[in-house]
Order: sequence, then C-alpha cells, then structure tokens
Amino acid sequence: MTTVGTEPIMARECSFLRDLRSVAGRALRQIPRELASVLPAVLVPAFFYTVNLGALENLAGPGLNYKAFLIPMAIAFAVTGMSRAPTVVTDIQGGYFDRLCVTPVRRTALLLGLMLADAVVIMMLCVPVLAIGFGVGVRFTTGAPGVLVFVVLSVLWGFVFTGLPYAVAFKTGNPAAVSATFIVFFPLFFLSDAVVPKIALTGWFSAIATYNPVTYVLGALRSLITSGWRAGTLLQGTAAIIGIGAVSMSLALLALRGRTNHAG
Amino acid sequence: MPDVAQYETAATDGGGDPCRAGPPAIVTADLVRRFGSLAAVDGLNLDVAVGEIYGFLGPNGAGKSTVLRMLCTLLHPSAGRATVAGYDVVTEAKQVRLTIGVTLQEAALDDRQTGRELLALQGRLYGLRSAQIRSRLDDVLDLVEIGEAIDRRIGTYSGGMKRRVDLAAALMHNPQVLFLDEPTTGLDPASRAHVWSEVRRLNSTLGMTIFLTTQYLEEADTLADRVGIISRGQLVAEGPPTILKRTLGHDTIVVEVEGDDAGVLEALRLLPRVAGVRVENGMIVVASPDGSAALNAVSVALSASAFEVKSITLRTPSLDDVFRELTGSSLDVARGAR
Repeated sequence: MTTVGTEPIMARECSFLRDLRSVAGRALRQIPRELASVLPAVLVPAFFYTVNLGALENLAGPGLNYKAFLIPMAIAFAVTGMSRAPTVVTDIQGGYFDRLCVTPVRRTALLLGLMLADAVVIMMLCVPVLAIGFGVGVRFTTGAPGVLVFVVLSVLWGFVFTGLPYAVAFKTGNPAAVSATFIVFFPLFFLSDAVVPKIALTGWFSAIATYNPVTYVLGALRSLITSGWRAGTLLQGTAAIIGIGAVSMSLALLALRGRTNHAG
Repeated sequence: MPDVAQYETAATDGGGDPCRAGPPAIVTADLVRRFGSLAAVDGLNLDVAVGEIYGFLGPNGAGKSTVLRMLCTLLHPSAGRATVAGYDVVTEAKQVRLTIGVTLQEAALDDRQTGRELLALQGRLYGLRSAQIRSRLDDVLDLVEIGEAIDRRIGTYSGGMKRRVDLAAALMHNPQVLFLDEPTTGLDPASRAHVWSEVRRLNSTLGMTIFLTTQYLEEADTLADRVGIISRGQLVAEGPPTILKRTLGHDTIVVEVEGDDAGVLEALRLLPRVAGVRVENGMIVVASPDGSAALNAVSVALSASAFEVKSITLRTPSLDDVFRELTGSSLDVARGAR
C-alpha cells in the first residue's frame, strides 16, 4: 500500500462541499479555454441594449430614464441560459460521465457543481453589462448596496434558469435539444415589460405580461436602479425566481436521477 | 457448464495462485440482466478470489461488458445479486465505488482537460489529499509514459496515450479491485506488452484483484489465473487456461497438402485417437486427444492418399480450440464477423 507520511493512500468518502468544489473547479478551468462560448453573452446584450436604446428612447417620453429602464433587459440577455449543459452532453456521449459515475462523487454534486460554476460565470457577466450602463450615465438610486443586490438577483435568476438546459442535457444527451432550450427564454422574455413599460402595454399583451414571472424579476432589478428600496417589488421578483427555480430544478434533478438510475 | 473443478492443480503450472486466502473479491449469484426481452446476461455465477487475475473471454455481444458494468455499479441487475469486495453492487454501491478502479471499453476521458488535470480530479473525487494526489501523480506518470504531454489537453493524445491515461486514472486511489474492459483493444504491440506488464506488477506487488474482459485469447492466456468463457450471456467454461486447454481442447495436427482426395478425410476420421477432421484454408486439421500418438497413423494414411503432403505440424490446444469446442465457432471468426 502506498503511503504519504503515515497515512495510506486509499479512497475515502468526501464531504458534499468537496464534491461540489471538485466538479465546479473542473468546469471553471475550462472557461478561459472556451471564451468563444462566453463571448456571445457579452456581445448579444450589448447589441440589443444599443439597438433598443437607439430605436425606442425617443418614444419613451421625458418621464422615463430609458437607459436605466433597459439595463435589466440587457442583464437578462447576458445571464439567461449561460450554462455548462452542453459539456454534460459531451461527457455523456464520450463516456466520461460513466467514469464520473463509478467514482464515489454524489450524483447531485454532478449537477450542482456545474451550476455553481455557472453562477460564478454569470456573476462575471454582470460586470460588462453594468459597465455599459455606467458608461451611458445610468446610476443606482440604491447606491452600491443596490448594485450588490442587483448582481445577487441576476445571479439567482441565471442560476435557476440553467436548470432547464441541464434537465434537457441529462434527459436527452442531445446537443441540439440543449441548444433549443434557449427558445423557452424568448416568449418568457418578450411577453414581459422588458423593453416597454408595463403601463404602455395594452390588451392581451398586458394580461400575459401580468402573469409572466419574468416581468417581476425585471421589475425588481429595475426598481433598484430607478425607484430605491421597494420591499414589495423585491419580494415579488424573488418569489418569481423561486417559482421558476422550483420548476427548473425539479426537472433537472429528475433528469439527473433518470440518467444515473442504473436500473434503466 | 464444464466446471474444471480440478483447477487447483493448475497453480503449479504457472500464473498466480487462484486460490489465495481471504474472502472472494467478486461474487455473482444467478446474475441476470435483460434489455427488453433479450437476456444479455443469463444466470451468471462467478467467484473471484482476492488477488486473482480473472480473464473474462468472449466475442462482442457475449455479455462481458454488461457483466462488468453491473459489477461497477453502472447498471443494475434484473435479477440475482453481485458483491464486490464484500459489498452489494446495488444496496452498497457507494462502498463498491470506493474499492474499485475501472477502465471502460472506450477510453472514457475528457478531451478538454490535460492529462494531469484529469488525474488530479480523479484523486480529488476519491478523497485524496493534495500531497497524496501529488505522490500518486508521480507514481502513475511512470505508468503513463507520455512525458511532457501530460500537460497537454487529452484531445491531442493518440489512442494509445488515452488508454494509458485511462488506466492511470483507474489506479489513482489504489483500488482493491481493478476492472479492465478490453484494456488493450486498439493498442500497438509495444503498448499492449506494457499494459500486460503493469497488470502483472499490480497483481504481484500490490495483490490487486483484476477482472479483465478481453477478446484476445493471447491476453487471457498470458495474464489470467483463471478464465471464464462467456457465450450468449452464459458462462460456458471456467478454469485456469492450462487446465481448460488440457481438459476441453484437443491437440491439433495441421497438414498442408496439395491435391484432392475427399475419401481420405473419411479414412482419417476412422483412425484411433482422432476426434475430428476438418478442412480449413486449404489445410487438413485433425483434432486428437493425444496428438503425438495419432501423428504416425495420420501420416501413413495421408501418404497412401492422392494428397501431396507439404508439411505436417502438431500443436497443443489453444483457448480458441476450447472456445470452438464449447460454442461451435472460433473466437477469431466471431470477432471478425462483427
């Protein structure tokens, strides 16, 4: 038996935190090597922010700071769907997922470790979007603490949304299906008050936006910039994130269980 | 199933001692795995001793990998049970995982990591401390023998390099039981010899139990203390290679001939100590339980025939002969047909 010091080198069960750190560490090491996968998450929101600002700012009227209004839209574009789910598919197809499954690592850590890595990336993606906002003169009425809460809410939103691509990745093992999950984002996003204030929405669109949880997430983010500390708005946004998270995480955990249920 | 119960005597014939003291490392009892209506593994009973090298031999589709995946906790049995290192593969899967190392059929690696990163991650997942990981990296890098390429991404490695890194990953945590699923498939002869030598070293110096599946007769013959031959999900024979060959195989007289004389084949079949005659690739192949005793009579019969004898060779039975005897087909043919 090989030893280091007096302790023999042999396998032993790890803590859940160590499992998480191991899985997340592997994912994070890949990020600098795959910048191309992160770059769109910076360019796309910058593009939509610029285009919407150029096209709609004059229609917004003098009572609305449209530059500030659009920042939550840009952040949502940056952080939504940013996940390592495609790498899960690669691992499944290449057999590496089986290698992970014959180690004592906890199955939930295989999902949550990746999501933890996603959260770190999402947090970093907030930086360029906020920099754009600050660059065009947007200021938070809630100050630095408001910026912090804004980032926390953005990370939470991005984190829970990643449950969907992971659910599809574990369920199907199909890269095309994983890419297609981003489509879910479009109706959620465009049938909300992302680019036009809710008061300006009319008819069926307004009704849908009222029931769309994304409206409340964007509203909470926006309130930190333009309205100050509004507990009710922040709670509504947090509740919307928790609601979507309950669904997406349940789906992801079920799919993970299906993938690692070796009776199948 | 021909149970070669007298295999204890084989311990003196070479290879390791298949009956080392201690509880069994691997036990299966009436193990079954069905995929729909197909029974890929059908009532398998195995008993592998601690410190034994067990070769699981059979063509593609025979059920080897399915058995291995069940023993590695990647697949639940449909019926029956199995234990590894004393732990049940279903109810004590985590304990099983802590005791085993596995290389799967295709080198199951992450092309985006470097070799060093992958091995270090493997160590972390098995709970090794940083100093232990560094120590084990030094150990296994000797085995991997890829020099500075260990710091390159695995995607740039050749097939042989990937296989060796795969084996190193399975060894990072010093497993008690090592499962190797066709470990040398796709390797060049030098790499294959290197893996064989490492398997022997792990077994002889660390007492590691090794369960290897293979399609290569030579591999099973060279490495395994005992061989199990699986066909259509069932174990059809088991024992040390030497005993299997002695009890189930025949000596073979291979005669290279020119000409044509169908009648002599029938005459050969009627000779004493001749168990069978067939024509294969233009050669007459005579199976005999005692080839040296039958050789003279075969030579005389052929010299009296219209055949011109070019050469005549007597060889002892191979595992392929055993496989043919048990399944009716050559392992080489079965492999080539897939």
